Amino acid sequence: MSTDSYTALVNQPLGHRLAQALGLPQPAILRRHRPGAPLVDGPVLVLGGGPAADEAATHLLDWGQDVRRHPAAQDRYGAVVAAFDDVSTPAELSATALELGAVQRQLGGSGRVVTVYQDPEGTPDPAVRAARKGVEGLTRSLAHEMRQGSTANGIILGEGISLGAPGAAGALRFLLSGRSAFVSGQFIPVATDGGATPRDWDRPLAGRVAVVTGAARGIGAAIAETLHRDGATIVGVDVPAAGQGLADVVNALSGSALQLDITAPDAGERILAHCRERHGRMDVVVHNAGITRDRKLANMDADRWDSVIAVNIESQLAMNRAFLAAAGDGVVAAGLRIASLASTSGIAGNAGQTNYAASKAGVIGMVSATAPLMTGGGTINAVAPGFIETEMTAKIPFLTREVARRMNSLSQGGRPVDVAEAVSFLVSDAAGGTSGATLRVCGQGIMGA
Amino acid sequence: MTENPQQQTSSTGTAAIAGGPLRQAVVIGGNRTPFARSHGAYASASNKDLLTAALNGLVARFGLQGERIGEVAAGAVIKHSRDFNLTRESVLGTVLDHSTPAHEVQIACATGMEAIGGLANKIRLGQLDSAIGGGVDSISDAPLVFNDAARSVLMELNRARTVQDRIKAVLRFRPGHLAPEAPGTEEPRTGLSMGEHQARTTHRWGITRQAQDELALASHHHMAAAYDRGFFDDLVTPFGTLTRDNNLRADSTLEKLASLKPAFGRDLGEEATMTAGNSTPLTDGASAVLLGSEDWAAARGLPVLADFVDFETAAVDFVDGQEGLLMAPAYAVARLLQRQGLTLQDFDYYEIHEAFAGTVLATLKAWEDEEFCRERLGLDAPLGPIDRARLNVNGSSLAAGHPFAATGGRITATLAKMLHKKGPGSLGLVSVCAAGGQGIVAILRGR
Ligand SMILES: NC(=O)c1ccc[n+]([C@@H]2O[C@H](COP(=O)([O-])OP(=O)(O)OC[C@H]3O[C@@H](n4cnc5c(N)ncnc54)[C@H](O)[C@@H]3O)[C@@H](O)[C@H]2O)c1
Repeated sequence: MSTDSYTALVNQPLGHRLAQALGLPQPAILRRHRPGAPLVDGPVLVLGGGPAADEAATHLLDWGQDVRRHPAAQDRYGAVVAAFDDVSTPAELSATALELGAVQRQLGGSGRVVTVYQDPEGTPDPAVRAARKGVEGLTRSLAHEMRQGSTANGIILGEGISLGAPGAAGALRFLLSGRSAFVSGQFIPVATDGGATPRDWDRPLAGRVAVVTGAARGIGAAIAETLHRDGATIVGVDVPAAGQGLADVVNALSGSALQLDITAPDAGERILAHCRERHGRMDVVVHNAGITRDRKLANMDADRWDSVIAVNIESQLAMNRAFLAAAGDGVVAAGLRIASLASTSGIAGNAGQTNYAASKAGVIGMVSATAPLMTGGGTINAVAPGFIETEMTAKIPFLTREVARRMNSLSQGGRPVDVAEAVSFLVSDAAGGTSGATLRVCGQGIMGA
Repeated sequence: MTENPQQQTSSTGTAAIAGGPLRQAVVIGGNRTPFARSHGAYASASNKDLLTAALNGLVARFGLQGERIGEVAAGAVIKHSRDFNLTRESVLGTVLDHSTPAHEVQIACATGMEAIGGLANKIRLGQLDSAIGGGVDSISDAPLVFNDAARSVLMELNRARTVQDRIKAVLRFRPGHLAPEAPGTEEPRTGLSMGEHQARTTHRWGITRQAQDELALASHHHMAAAYDRGFFDDLVTPFGTLTRDNNLRADSTLEKLASLKPAFGRDLGEEATMTAGNSTPLTDGASAVLLGSEDWAAARGLPVLADFVDFETAAVDFVDGQEGLLMAPAYAVARLLQRQGLTLQDFDYYEIHEAFAGTVLATLKAWEDEEFCRERLGLDAPLGPIDRARLNVNGSSLAAGHPFAATGGRITATLAKMLHKKGPGSLGLVSVCAAGGQGIVAILRGR
């Protein structure tokens, strides 16, 4: 659980005034997903004139939301969707951007801004690309300006993909919901019209069998719990030495435990055999197991370097080879979905973590290169967590930890469940239009911005 | 478990007990805690904690959450009177369906084998479709008992009706009454510890110190290698601070073992051979084995490692007759082989519980001894030697330790896994000696 007593303090009247007077950060208690809870707290305002605005409104009405197409001074909004999909020159950003600015103060706590635009890489035209890139800059900066647990993120539509595509609808819903509580200043690319809308948005993984490595504790345990909540049957994998924790996790979720070191040469085969024998199928794999062995490179020894590379990336490459070879064999789903844990250290780098950052940047490279190899509509993506409150980060000395957890737009550390929500989204059919991407769950941490 | 349409299929046809044919009872898998030397790593864990952990690990491995198992049978050799329903209480502490029935079994060190064998028979008869057998022991959680003198005072106090009577009773208390009787491995009828009994048997059979130390060393090395190979990855779930048995000494050497002073049979003087190194220490731990009918396993997508073929219990007269306390398995094996039409050499693996290295070696020697086989076992010819390369190949009790009632489950799960690897039709023999001059032996067949 969170050890962040500061956030609890500033959310009480006295602590709030104190923090205000001293100019201290004022982290809000974030709105998180609860099955059955409303998608957004309040009406959703849709801005912009392109086709995406209409498509957003259609989705929102389908989901039973209170949709507004014109701002009204007295309204308080739960979210604003700003469609920029029709911009062809930077000058055209103005109208929607300023409209968005005018209603920013009318957003409630844990509010959402979602911008929608087309992939800048999809056009050779300098003015069009500049305009599209401009949305990115606008969204990132706005995310820094958001208050009270609110976030701003974007959806990038690939060539010929409209916001009507199932994957775009899934991304929109994820970004509006409490599932994306700790995601801010990020972009979800929807490159294909793959994927599907789940029958029940609260159980998008119903009937799926999901393998989660490193499931005995921390983020892996949260991923197992979240995938199970979303309908999946869990196969928990962890090293034999972590078997007691693993048994507790899977027993609470009616899953099965596989004690296995993922660096074993036959790890992929053993996971396949377990899924085949016990569950008759394998639909989802989450590569979460990971280790750190921090040292400055000048003091690095082979053992530290090699073990981190072996666990964090080589094992995943080897297992993926086995899984991809088996995809569509009647046990492994033809449209296998893989999610892999990267880290913001792999994006921005971090002193003392050359080995870890090499492995985590490696994960980002691996998913982008594996995406085209996925068959049958399968996808592979990475999630890069920033500062997450776990047993691991609880061991960081108090002051360093206190600084680290405030260095983001939400002024707090994320929770394991925030990473788990992103994973659960990416391995669902609702994210079927996204592959090869890395989604950061870091509250827009300044590291690697 | 996933929603499996086959889950509904129950065994078809008439049960053997109702006139139908016998069916196979199969070993699906097992789980145990690492074993811990007593008064150490598990000093604050109770029998119930340990057995519950072993069961929960088994449930996690095979996805049995919420499942109603036909019956769970287990026991502990040393337990509190308050733990009269130890197994049922442990089941209630697991995530198994709480309508899973459970009962206690107790036949000293062979408790686990009796639990498993009895359940296998019920499966074969069609009375059960699934079962879990095992056992637990914790010397660290042993009940301390008032000595008889103190008990007599306390009982008198309890019966006293008047204040005067009560004072009279209390005045009988002496400081010596406070010394509790600690649990031991003494035979009530001889007053000798198990080690002292075995020391006599070891001596009688002329088992050398060197042979005993070699067997102990092999046990440690075999088990350490098995752990390193990952052999125990799906047989053991860590408990507390332990991930491996803490009696295991991967770096043991013959020199180290040879340097130990005799611990038993010191009255034999120069000829004493049994040390702390070639005897098992008191140990805490628990084990559980999942059994089922073939249909039950298939419906749940569970593996089938081995058939539990048959088992046999024997007892010897170690009080008045001239037999060693731990020699009963030698007799049980002769009878079991005869019943199954097998010879001692027909087996791919032998799992002979290493209560003491001397027990294993005396038993092997007895089977090779013409006179013993003729006079005691009533055979025309000796059972003969076994291929020692097939004996306790992944280590045994000298390395793992021996929490009395948990040993049968450890051996059964280990052997079933080995036989499954070896292939269909492979055969394994289990032999477990027990206090009271008893022993249980069993045959498993690989699938
Ligand atoms: N906690 C954070 O702030 C943070 C930030 C960025 C990325 N991550 C990443 O998230 C993932 C989970 O992190 P966590 O904080 O929960 O860590 P953790 O140490 O609490 O848990 C990791 C789990 O992986 C298991 N594991 C390690 N090596 C293994 C192997 N060879 N085979 C099987 N299992 C193995 C461990 O036993 C453990 O249960 C890791 O990949 C980590 O790099 C964490």
